[in-house]
Parts: sequence; C-alpha cells; structure tokens
Amino acid sequence: MKNYDSIEHVRGESLFVDDQLTPIGTLLGYVACSPIAHGRIKNIDMTKALNIKGVKAILTAKDIPGENQIGGIIKDEELLADKEVHFVGQPIAFVVADNQIIAHEAAELIEYDFEKLPVITDPRKAAEAGELIQPPRTFKLGNTDEAFAKCDFVFEGKVESGGQEHLYLETQGAFAYPVEGGGVKIFSSTQGPTAVQRVTARILGIPMHKVEVDVLRIGGGFGGKEDQASPWAALAALGAKILNKPVKLILPRQQDMKITGKRHPYSSDFKIGLNKEGEILAYEAVFYQNAGAAADLSTAVLERTLFHCTNSYFIPNVKATAYCCRTNLPPNTAFRGFGGPQGMFVIESAIAKAAEEMGMSTVEIQKKNLLDEGDEFPYGQRIEHCRIRRCFTELEKKYNLYDIKKRVDDFNSSNKMYKKGFAVMPVTFGISFTSTFMNQASALVHIYTDGSISISTAAVEMGQGVNEKIRAVAQKVFSVNSERIKIETTNTTRVANTSPTAASKAADLNGYATQKACEILLGRLKKVAAKELNIEQHNNISIQQEIIFNKDEKTDLTFDKLIQIAYFDRISLSAQAHHATPHIHFDKTKEKGQPFAYHAYGVGIVEATVDCIRGTYKIDSVKVIHDFGKSLHPVIDKGQAEGGIIQGIGWMTMEEVLYNEEGQLLTNALSTYKIPDIHFSPDDIQVHFLEDAPNPYGPFNSKAIGEPPLMYGIAAYFAIRNAMKKFKAECDIEFKAPMTPERVLLSLYQKTTVLKPAN
Amino acid sequence: MKRRLNFILNKNEVETSQHPGMSLLDYLRQEANLTGTKEGCKEGDCGTCTVLIGELIKDKLQYKSVNSCLLPIGDVNQKHIVTIEGLNREELTPIQTEMVDEGGTQCGFCTPGFVVSLSGYYLINDDYNTEDAIDSMNGNICRCTGYAGIKRTANKITQRLKILAKNNHSKIELLVGEKILPEYFLDVKEKLNSLILQKKSNITDDNLDFSNHFTISGGTDLMVQKWEDILKSDVSLISDKNVISGIKEENSKIIIGGATTASEIEDSPIMAKYFPEIKEYLSLFGSLPIKNTATVAGNIVNASPIADMTSIFLALNSTLTLRNSNSSREILLKDFYKGYKTLDKKENELLTLISFNIPKENSFFNYEKVSKRKYLDIASVNSSLFIDVDEDFINEVNISAGGVAPIPLYLKETGKFLSSKKISSAIIEEASEILQDEISPISDARGTAEYKRLLLRQLFYAHFIKLFPKLIVIEELV
Ligand SMILES: Cc1cc2nc3c(=O)[nH]c(=O)nc-3n(C[C@H](O)[C@H](O)[C@H](O)COP(=O)(O)OP(=O)(O)OC[C@H]3O[C@@H](n4cnc5c(N)ncnc54)[C@H](O)[C@@H]3O)c2cc1C
Ligand code: FES
Ligand code: FES
Repeated sequence: MKNYDSIEHVRGESLFVDDQLTPIGTLLGYVACSPIAHGRIKNIDMTKALNIKGVKAILTAKDIPGENQIGGIIKDEELLADKEVHFVGQPIAFVVADNQIIAHEAAELIEYDFEKLPVITDPRKAAEAGELIQPPRTFKLGNTDEAFAKCDFVFEGKVESGGQEHLYLETQGAFAYPVEGGGVKIFSSTQGPTAVQRVTARILGIPMHKVEVDVLRIGGGFGGKEDQASPWAALAALGAKILNKPVKLILPRQQDMKITGKRHPYSSDFKIGLNKEGEILAYEAVFYQNAGAAADLSTAVLERTLFHCTNSYFIPNVKATAYCCRTNLPPNTAFRGFGGPQGMFVIESAIAKAAEEMGMSTVEIQKKNLLDEGDEFPYGQRIEHCRIRRCFTELEKKYNLYDIKKRVDDFNSSNKMYKKGFAVMPVTFGISFTSTFMNQASALVHIYTDGSISISTAAVEMGQGVNEKIRAVAQKVFSVNSERIKIETTNTTRVANTSPTAASKAADLNGYATQKACEILLGRLKKVAAKELNIEQHNNISIQQEIIFNKDEKTDLTFDKLIQIAYFDRISLSAQAHHATPHIHFDKTKEKGQPFAYHAYGVGIVEATVDCIRGTYKIDSVKVIHDFGKSLHPVIDKGQAEGGIIQGIGWMTMEEVLYNEEGQLLTNALSTYKIPDIHFSPDDIQVHFLEDAPNPYGPFNSKAIGEPPLMYGIAAYFAIRNAMKKFKAECDIEFKAPMTPERVLLSLYQKTTVLKPAN
Repeated sequence: MKRRLNFILNKNEVETSQHPGMSLLDYLRQEANLTGTKEGCKEGDCGTCTVLIGELIKDKLQYKSVNSCLLPIGDVNQKHIVTIEGLNREELTPIQTEMVDEGGTQCGFCTPGFVVSLSGYYLINDDYNTEDAIDSMNGNICRCTGYAGIKRTANKITQRLKILAKNNHSKIELLVGEKILPEYFLDVKEKLNSLILQKKSNITDDNLDFSNHFTISGGTDLMVQKWEDILKSDVSLISDKNVISGIKEENSKIIIGGATTASEIEDSPIMAKYFPEIKEYLSLFGSLPIKNTATVAGNIVNASPIADMTSIFLALNSTLTLRNSNSSREILLKDFYKGYKTLDKKENELLTLISFNIPKENSFFNYEKVSKRKYLDIASVNSSLFIDVDEDFINEVNISAGGVAPIPLYLKETGKFLSSKKISSAIIEEASEILQDEISPISDARGTAEYKRLLLRQLFYAHFIKLFPKLIVIEELV
C-alpha cells in the first residue's frame, strides 16, 4: 500500500506552514512574554520598541476587538495578559514587523513594571493553598476500607512522574491574511482547526463563518497542538485584521518550549492491599496533577488518569481521587496518553513495591490480576472482547520470558559493574473521547466528472497516517485505484464543527464518516449502473477493481464511464456524512457509565543495562505483542507503535522538564532537554501483531493505535530500577520518573559521605 | 566585509552578496526558496537543516554533512551545496523508497534531513556497513518514528551497496548508476573547477587583527549564541585567515592547527596511534555534522566549562600558540582560563596551534563523559586523565574536570597528591576527597551540584578502574 504523504516527505516536497509561499509584504510576528511567573502588570512601556525601524505594530490586550479569552473547557485564559501574569512566558504583547529579527529585537526592548506575587510550582502546595481548578473527583468501586482490613499485606507509597515536552519537530505557527467582508483566512499547524476557528472568532469579535482555517499537515503534534495551537493563529489573525496585511507567526524553538504547556507532572500517593497469593484486593490512589496556570485540557486529562488508574487489572475495591492543581507554570496540556500514562505509572509502582516487599515477582502479581471478560472498571464499564490475557500469554510464548529472565540472571552473576534488568508492562487503554459529545466526525466526498475523488474530513494528518487510512476506507468501499483518491486539507469551511484530531480516534471517527459518505455515493452509482445495464436489482451491482459487476459477472461498464453517465443523468456526485460513536455515555455526577467504545490491549517487555559506576544505562530491547485489530495499514500501525514506545521510554528516562522555584524553565532548548536519538533507541525493537483479532467497533475491523503503545515505555523505568537493585539490593529507590542518569547515580550512592556542599 | 560569493547550489551555479554571517539555512529558505531544508531548532541539535557541502581538496571532490543553520554562507564560497531538492531524481531514489516502505517517515518534518545524512554517508565513505550508516544520522532527531524504520532503511541500502562498492567504480558513478544520486553529480567536479578558475576567490584576508567584530570558525558556538548580532556586525571567517588545520608529529610533539575540526581529530591516524580510543572519545562529541565544522580553537576559546576537546588537551598539558599580526606567544592551556569565560588572550590574538608531548611508553590516557543522553549532548561532567607510571608507581599525572567549576578545570592539587604514590583503591579514594576541595559545581539543567560532585568522583574512579583493573578492587570503592 502506497503512502502518498510519505512520498512527498522523502523528497522534501511536503509543505508545512512556514514553507508555504506567502504574498510579498507578509509581516512577521514575535510574541513578547512575561519574564516573571506571577504578578500584576503596572505598566508596559513600548517607546523604545516602537522606535525600531521596521516595527509595524505592537498589540496588547486593549487592541483585541472581541473577547480576550482562549480558554476551551473553562474560560480562564487570556490571549494577551491584561492585568496579571500567571506564568513565565505568558504572552503580553504581539510585535509585528518587517521580519522576525526586527520583531524579536523590539520585543526585547519592551519594558514592564510588575508588582510581583507569590509563585507556586508544586501541585501539592497548590492543593494546600486551595488553588484547585475544579473540585476533586473520586472514582469508586466496592469498599476499600473494608477490603484493606482483610488484606494480608498493605503497602503505601508516593510516586512522581515528570512533565514531557512534545518536541514536535515543526514548532507552533500560523499564517493569516485578511479577506473581504472583515474575515480572515488562516493556515495553522493545529490538531484542532475548529478550536482555532472558534478562538479566533471570539478574539476578533466576528462570527465563526468569517474565519476559515486550513490545515495541510502538521509536523508532529502529540497533543501539543490540540488546544495550544490556537493562540498563535489568533495572534496572526489579530495582526492581519488590524494591519490589513498578511501576518505570519512561527515560534522559534526556545520560545515554543518556554511558552507552551507540556505533559502534566503528577505527584501521587497509593495504598495497595493484597492477599498472600498476590491478588490485589484493594487499591487507593490520590493524584495531584500539576495543571499549570490555566485549565486548558487539564480537567479532561485528569479524568483519563482516573479511568486508567487500575491499568489492565481487575481490582474489586478501588478509590481514586484526583486534584487539578493550579500552579504558576505554563498551562499543561494534552500529550499522547492524555493522563493515562500517569495513572498507570502509579499502579505499576504500587505493584512493584508490593512485589519487592512480598518477595514475589512483579510479573506474577501482574499476571494474577489481569482483567477478564466482563470485569468491571471503577467507572462502571464492563470489559468486552478483553484480550489482555491473550496478549500476555502470547508474549510469554513468543519472546520466551523464561529465557529472558535466565539470560539477565546469568549476566548479573558474572558482571560487577554492569547490571541488567527487565520489566513487563501490560496496557489496556480506553478508546473514545471521554467527553462523549466529542465522538463525532463528518466527511465530504466529491467525485469529479473525470472520476477523480476528493475527500475532506475533520482529521488532521500529522504523521499518524490518517490520510492513508481514510484513503484505504474509500478504496475499500469503491474498489478503485488509490491514485483516484485525494485526501484534502482539513478545512473548516468544507467540514464544520470538527473534534480535534486526538484521543487516537481520528481514523475511527473520520473513517466511519468517510465510509458512510462513500456508501451513499456507491448506492447512487449502483442505481445508475443498474439503469444503464437494464438490471432491476441494483443491489446485485458491485464495483470490483474499477469494473462494474452484475452479480459476479463482469460488465463493460467501468468506473470512469459510470461517473460520466451519472453526471449526465444529473445524479449528485457529492455526499456528506456524519458519524457519532454509538452506545457511549458517562454520568459525571455518579462517575459511572460506558465512556469507551472499546479498549486497546497489549503487553511489552523492556530490557536495560545499567553502568553502576557511572550511573548511565542503555535500553537493550523492547518486545511487544499488540492488538492492532485488523490493520488498515500495517506499515503505519507498526510505525505508530515503534514511535510511541520510544516516546514513552523517553518520558521515563532522559526527558526531564525542569523549572526553578521562580517558575523559569531550565530545560528550554534542545541542548538541555534531551529526547531519544538514533543510538538511544534500541536496535532490537520487535512489535508483533496479535493475530486474528478483528475489532467490531472500528472501520473494517481496524483498531485505534496512536496512544496505547506509549505506555510500554513505562517498563523502561522498572527495567532500570530492577537492574539497580541487582547492584545494591538494599538501595532505596524512589518511584520518581524520569529515571535520569542523575537519579540512578544518586540512588545507588545515597549513603556516600564524601560529598561536600557547594561553597 | 562585503563580498560576492559564488557556489553551486544543487545543479546550478549561483551568486550572492548576502551578509557572509547569514546562515546557509536562512539563505536556502528565504532567498533560494528551497524549503525542503527545515528549521527545527536553529542550534545544531535536530538535524532538520542538514545539507551536504562538497569542495575540491587537492583536486578531489570531497563532501561532508553540515548543519546549515550554523554555517555562515561566507563559508560556502566555491563549494557545492546539496539540499534534499538536489538529491531528488524523477523517481524516488532507493533510499527514499525504503524510507517510505519501511515506515522511516511519519510527519515528515525530520525526513529530508535523514535522507540527506544517509545519502551523504554513501557519497562520503568508501566502504559501507550498517552501523556506520546509522551513525551518520547521529545528528538527526526524529520525534515520530522511534528510528526503527530509519534503521531498517539504512540496513537494506547498505546491504545492497556494500557488495557493489567493492568493484572499482568511481563512487559518484556507482551512486549515479544505482540511482542514489541524480546524474548532474557527474559534472560537479568540472563545474567547480571552472568556477574556481573564472572567479578567483576575491577574499584573502591576511590581516590577523580583528576587533569590533565577530570571528567565526566553525560557528557551532557563535552562530548558536549570537546569530542575530552577527547579522548586524562585520564578521571575518577563520577559513579566510592563516590559521591552519591538520595534525602533525614533530620533534616528539603533536601539533594541531587551530582550525582543525573535531572530525579531523577523530579520523587522524596520528591521534589513533597514541590514543587508540580516540574515536570513542570523539563519538561522544556533538554529532557528525557538528564535528565536521567544530574546531579545536573554537572549543578552547569559547571557554565553556564542559568543553570536551579542551578536557582532553588539558590533561595532555598542552601549549597554545597565540598570534596577532605582529607577534606570537605561547601559553599553557591550564593557565589560559582566568575566570568564567575570561581568557589570557588579547582581542586581536588568534589561537593558531595546540601542541603537546607525545605520550611515552609507560603512560596511559583515559577520557570520561557522562551526559543525560550518551550522544549529542553536553556533559554533566567530563574528565580526562593522563598518567605516567612504573608498574603501580605514579611518575606524573594530569587530570582535568569539566562541568564542576566556572572554567575547564585542571585538578592541580589532586595531581600533586597522586604523584609519587602507588596506585591502590585506598589512595584513589583519598585522592577523590582532595578533588572535592578543588571543585565548585553549581546546580543547573545538567545536574544538581550534589550530583556533579558524586559523578566526578565516579568518573575519577572509572579512570583507574579502566586503566588499572588489577590494582583496583571495585568493591572497595562502591
Ligand atoms: C549541537 C551542538 C553540540 C555540541 N556538542 C559539543 C560537545 O559534545 N562537546 C563540546 O565540547 N562542545 C560541543 N559543542 C560546542 C561547539 O561545537 C564546540 O565548542 C566547538 O569546538 C566550537 O568550535 P567552532 O569552530 O564551531 O567555534 P566558533 O563558534 O566558530 O567560535 C567559538 C569562539 O571561539 C572563537 N574562535 C574560533 N576560532 C578561533 C581562533 N582560531 N582563534 C581565536 N578565537 C577563535 C570565536 O571567535 C568564538 O568566540 C556543541 C555545539 C553544538 C551546536
Ligand atoms: S535547525 Fe536544528 S540543527 Fe539546524
Ligand atoms: S517523522 Fe516526524 S519527526 Fe521524524
């Protein structure tokens, strides 16, 4: 199966926002940001900045004609700070100039007078101070108090997981120009064209129909461009509207890293109770989510943490509480996994702790507690088509878990400085937007008179291959050559009221909508063909490889001819269809319902070697069995798995987002924030497709793939930890990710006395 | 300094009088409208801007990969620049085809950089193996694929070309024949030659003095830190000056030209003779495109406390030669640093040579570096050790430590303590306590002060564990 987008990529011919030809006279923008994390703006002096030659305008909150508000779920975030700033990097002014260098220079010359206010960066401190974005939420199943009393073992602990910078290689950006009638057209690098449209309309004080947003493709998103692409588009549009000129804003890398939110850091407490056999009888968790300075998508992310707090395990008694804590950091946002990984890391830590204390193997406890068909989740849904045990058994067989263990043990008994460890990670991930209303999409399909087909949907292509999957769906319906089918840009004027491309759902939702629209057209075409061929039963007509068949007999009619006939017959060759995921619902007042259309399953093993003198490590291998359903495009699906795994490993190992106490980001460039490179990524990555696993709830039995594989990366943390324990069994290793070389070394040598404080 | 630059950009000869300090990336995207080369970071850390640059050296056309975001266009004069567009043929090249089929591309933003690096690998090297092919992409970051598909691509192409490379073809002919490169590559050498003949380089800048402006060598520090200021100032390029590059052996000394690149050091047979692990040390330095331009003098003069080549030369107790237009002087590297980014160097002095004594038979050398990510990362702490021994008796020892003070540190007291001692776990442990008094690390993005202290101790131990495994009992140190 060809991947058309890939062909453009390898030739360097695919265009991103900053590559598109812009009209002569296009102005460039630069965002002037708050240098402090919390304070009142007493004065802004732009005199010096405005004196720079080439500066066309410096826009602030008072220049916004509409409502200065970009908040999505909760309206608590300004586009440009008006009276107060709440995080370092919060946009205060937008400089528009002849070029970016001039705009930057001017931005640096803006002088601010602030009254500083206290800064909170720690979510637990925020919770203590009552800085909550919403009241705490609790998911409950059974009765934990009673259950703990009956447990043979009860363990408690604290778990921390760090933030993660998206590091989409294409930074945030947009290009906007004014159109007649007071509207704007925007080219944006966004996962959510409708969000951009809505926010821009609100900012400019114009109706949404005057804002057209077009997305060709984006150079990576991973959640970072779901909600947080909107401000840059709105700023460009604001500049374009006020100056009546095209305006482009591309965030330089360091600014992108400084201003935009990341994966939410969490600090959590757990309590786990088991019987002697290792069955988990009760589990409690309290999650403190570091939301940053505004709600953004935090409340939805937090909800998914609760949904996935028991990962792949059935636990009869559960109580999980989650706090959405407001701090003075950039508002954190969606990131592949959307809170799920954070919740899963806590339960896996709890199991690791129990295993260590009970002298059992972690794998044994994991296996004993896996979900079975019909088991109930704490949110009330009962699991259907459960394949987690199948994946686990398959993994043990296929990769010979026993051999891995033996190999690791042998290595450890013959090596002093280097130690190996491995860990297993089962993943059960719910598929659907947990806000039920978002589970809808539509598609618009045209067949032109030459037989070429054009498809527009709500899905944004960002490397996840959704365009190819949609093409595959259309191809399956029409049975024509793939060259006929073009997947159009995602455009709010062609397809309206779209949900963002997120939650691993784009191929499902838009695939179904496309299927439906194509089927409408196919129905019409069959009737035309039946009439042309003088056949009564149009249901007997089919298209097979471009040729029209009657029952199973080939006719002389080709797709091309049929389209011509249909056109002259004045049959509409365009169709629009809408899809809404059936049977899902969730009642927040009870915290119960059926939020997911289905679940994705898989199990991974990660092996690691630690250099116990230097504190460094190497990930040796990753081996996975994953349930892909019946894949629409195996190359794409495998790539999603491989990429997700490495991103997850990065989150658990070297990717460290560091802020100081004043809320300044220390890891603000690629030189200080490290993500896996070609050498860190293990040569031995095996991803095996679970066989014979059609998914009845996905288009042509396919299954969502975007997010779930990321969570196999969690095994990297435990593999390293297990290796460290082989070097010093007694060393006390906090459940704190990322497990940087620094944490490894400090944990291994925590009793070292030679250390002297810095003078 | 205004000047006209002539070079070959992909197929075409071009001329520009843009500011010589403009980055090649900005030129390509803004002036030449070649948008296949992307800006992912503008600081040499992502590789989306990778291009190949070819030049005639002793009548041989030689290519290397560079980060166009850090390359001043002044340095492309009379050279051949190859961007992704310049690698395209009508049909996909085999590398491009495999990248598509093996899932080596997803969002595509990094992809042109990878294709350029990998194509460059086959163009630059004479024999091929998968490991090196993969390593040629050590400066390219991909956030989407996890690299698996990219590695499969490198493996497949290498397996195919490995066999063919053995036949005695000219490499360019071979690669054109295999459709890895477009046909025009066959004429580049001739075109460059005639370009050089027609347009005698109009820039020889013999004046060694420089002040009030930027002097750019590889640009891998300066273009990161000051690219906007550079565009507003006069610049001069080390490549136009009489600063030599290259490594030679002379009178029991090794002498290295200030303009020598990290790649040249890595590949130097002389260095390999005396430092068999030099390739491994340099593998920890930046990335291939960074090493292809980063110079020794730049590393030393930039005075970053974690400078890696500086760490090595400090432990070798190197001497620097500094020159301006009328005089020349020598100074020991360990005396060169006066404080954070302050040097014993006049503004108009250039660092022309670095030299050190050839190690004797009983001497050993080791270099250690730990960073968050093993490759393409700046050290949390680095350290080098040079030691001359009679069995376990230490005659002379020089130790450097980076990332633990405002300057690249020469550990004077620790060295003094160790000389004339016998190597043992107990002595090393005692020395490691002295070492703690010589350093003053601070907490930053690369680690807390506490960590850096511990890490330096561990690296100090590692020197001895590695060089004298028989004399050290690991259990006594952990
Ligand atoms: C992505 C990346 C990775 C890096 N990784 C490493 C690493 O792993 N280890 C490491 O040590 N460094 C690393 N660096 C830093 C940098 O590459 C090195 O310090 C390099 O050696 C600098 O050399 P240059 O020729 O590029 O210097 P330039 O940037 O050209 O110059 C640096 C300074 O030296 C001055 N200068 C240059 N040559 C002379 C001369 N002959 N006489 C007098 N002054 C001179 C310049 O005026 C300037 O002040 C990295 C940089 C980047 C961008
Ligand atoms: S743009 Fe990232 S290395 Fe040049
Ligand atoms: S394909 Fe997206 S960064 Fe590599």
